Formats: sequence, structure tokens, C-alpha cells
Amino acid sequence: MRTLKADDIIIPLADGIKRALTHVDCKALELLKQAEQNETSALCKWALGQIVQNDELAARENAYACQDCGQAMLFVSVGQQLRIKGELTAALNKAVQEGYSTARKSVADPLTRLNTQTNTPAVIHYDIIEGDSLSVRYMAKGAGSENMSKTYMLTPSKGTDGIVNCVVDCVKSAGSSPCPPIILGVGIGGTMDLCALLSKKALVFTDKPKRADETELEKRILKAVNETGIGAQGFGGSITALSAHVMTAPTHIGMLPVGVTIQCHSDRKFEIVF
Amino acid sequence: MKHYDLPLSPESAAELRCGDIVEISGFVLTARDAAHKKICEALKNGEPLPFDLSGAAIYYCGPTPACNGEIIGSCGPTTSSRMDDYAPALMEAGVKVMLGKGKRSPEVNDAVKKHGAIYFAAIGGAGALYKHKIKSCELVAYPELGCEAVRKLYIENVELLVATDSYGNTCLK
Repeated sequence: MRTLKADDIIIPLADGIKRALTHVDCKALELLKQAEQNETSALCKWALGQIVQNDELAARENAYACQDCGQAMLFVSVGQQLRIKGELTAALNKAVQEGYSTARKSVADPLTRLNTQTNTPAVIHYDIIEGDSLSVRYMAKGAGSENMSKTYMLTPSKGTDGIVNCVVDCVKSAGSSPCPPIILGVGIGGTMDLCALLSKKALVFTDKPKRADETELEKRILKAVNETGIGAQGFGGSITALSAHVMTAPTHIGMLPVGVTIQCHSDRKFEIVF
Repeated sequence: MKHYDLPLSPESAAELRCGDIVEISGFVLTARDAAHKKICEALKNGEPLPFDLSGAAIYYCGPTPACNGEIIGSCGPTTSSRMDDYAPALMEAGVKVMLGKGKRSPEVNDAVKKHGAIYFAAIGGAGALYKHKIKSCELVAYPELGCEAVRKLYIENVELLVATDSYGNTCLK
């Protein structure tokens, strides 16, 4: 049985967080450049140009791409053959605290609103997987976009049309607030909490193999959202979302839960495997 | 591109139309959720404020900390609509310019028209770009609020969109 000391993850994970916060995900940056090229609205083109300039500048200077460095979300896959020495959750939070040492501290008590000063606790989701590795996928989740995320408890009769309509409804009510162009995570199935979690995992586990009907649904969703005409920063244009990602799980025969996570264009994430 | 200096004169405000992209220089005061709450409470209680709101420009922003001798950290705009409940009172108290991102409520757009104010939209997520446009930064009030403290910034040659003009017309719906 392989052993991993929990504290050994702190520095590498912290370093990865620091880099992610200053380097927008390369796939997102590629899509932003394409959007700038293809957008026909002058105002949106201007906005997309500013965003691309910003992201390239941030990476060159190791500057924070956006001042909202977000709450840290961690998706931790623990191999069932792995033996962990020490306290894993504490180590993960120490890594986040260290990773955010020069970033903005944006985590507060929900009732007193007192800032925790450390950008912890992180939002951590654990999965048990086969093997003996530990993988951590990190995503910065800012408030501008997260405030616009929603869950919808549909009935099965609503079908895929209903799913697409929910996403469009969510994006329309968000409007300019989540800093379009956005990236969409759509979770379908499970229970209310699971469809919301799936909508987050869809954004971080983009390498998970998809069924043909899931890929088809992603294309339908992206097309429908871009037909809203909201455009970059809500200035009115043809590109409102850069991409859409779907993740599904079996659900009750009487339910069709749909979780919609809106992520902004400042897509900051990475994976590390121990 | 036309350039305007803050504080904005009534003549300059009258020239601006929603949808214009202009270049702006001058002093702004940063304030977001927590500071707005404090400011409005002080205004309601008739308490003096540690800064002057007459003719002021408010920038909805909570920057990352300044490091290694920087003037300021990353400092893009935050979502303006969260300050919609407070904005009319601040305009009553003299605020003439607001910088943020995203649409405003009809009440705010009406107040902009009533006071001959302007709401400029900056680009959400362009924190690193704006950092280079800030030539000075001074903490003026509420240090206990950390990133939400009120800071006086000198902004230089920032490209902004006139989102709501002084006639109450808005291009962000």
C-alpha cells in the first residue's frame, strides 16, 4: 500500500494555485481569441480585445488576471489503495491559504460577513477512485458568475428541450452580470445537490469521455445561448458563451434535475496528481 | 477617441451618449458592498464622511493587495447591480460618475438622469490591464474592510463605455 504524507501536498498545490490565478486556462484563451476574430459587434469586439490583452499581460507579468481570485474549489480523487498520513483536509486548506497569500481574500462568514483573512475554507469535494494516486483539480470560483448559477427541478416530460430552455433562462436572467463571454457547466440527473455538483465537475473534468447524446446536447446548448445575443460584457453580440460542458448521472424515474453553473471567461484551473 | 478628465463638467456629461467609448483620466474613489453600506448609514444618520462626495466618481472595485512596491494590485470592476440599492442616495449626496460593470436597475438609470450623472462600464475580468492605468492609490477610509476599503485612485487614459448617459439612456439591458 502506497503512503502519502498529507503535508507533502501543500507546497506543490499552493504553487499550482498561484500559477492558475495568473494564467487563464489556455483553452479558454484560445476561444477568446477566436471570439474576438469572429465577433461582428464593434462593442463586443472591443471588449474581447481588452480581455485577451489583459490575460496575455497577466501571464507575462505573473499578475492576477482578475481581482476576484474567487473561492477555491477543490475536486479531490483519492485512490482507495492510498494510505494518507496526516490530515488531508487541513493540508488542502493550508495549500489554499499559501496559494492565496498575495491574492485577494474573498471568503467571509455568511452571517457576520467577517472576512476569514485566509481565503479558506476551500469548497472541497472528495471522490474515492481505484488505484493509489491522489489527484486534486482546482478551480477559482468568483462571485460575479457564481451568483448567477441555478438549479432547476424539471419533470421528465420536459426532456432535452426543457434542459436547453433552463440553460437559456439562466443565461438570460444573468445578462451582463457574470462577465460574458461565459463558460457553461450543465449537470443533469441525480438529486438537486448532485446536479449542481455535476455542473461544477463538468467544468473541471473536461477530459471525461462523453456519450454522443451528451456531446450533441452541448452543441445545442451553446447554439441556443449564443442566439440570445447578449454578447461579451452584455454589450449585444453573437458570442455569449465560449463553450458548454455537460455531465450526467442517473436520476429518479420521476425527476429531471438540471444544474447550471456559469463560469466567467477568467477560467483559472489546474490539476495536480500525487 | 475623445478624452475627458474627472471631475466631469456638466458640459462634458451632456456631450456623452450611451454606446460611446471614451478615454478617462482623474481621481476615483473605490467602494463596493461593505463601504456602500457604511456610507449610506452615515448619510442617513447625518454623520460626516471621511471623503467628499460632491462631484465624485465612484469605482466599484476591491483590488488584490499591492505587492513588491506596486501602486495597486489587480483592480477590475465588480458587478454594479449589487450597489443599485445604494447608488441613488450617493447621487443625491453629490456623486456624478460611477464606474463598474453590467446593467443597472431602472431606478438607478432614473437617478442618473435626475442628477445629470454618468455610468461608465469597464471590462469585467481586465484587472491586470487596469492595474497599469492606476498612477496613485491612497487608502482614505474604512481600512478594516481590507479589499473593500475606500481608496482614492488616479486613473489615466482608461477606455470606458458610456453605459448610461446623463439623459438616462442605457445600452446595457
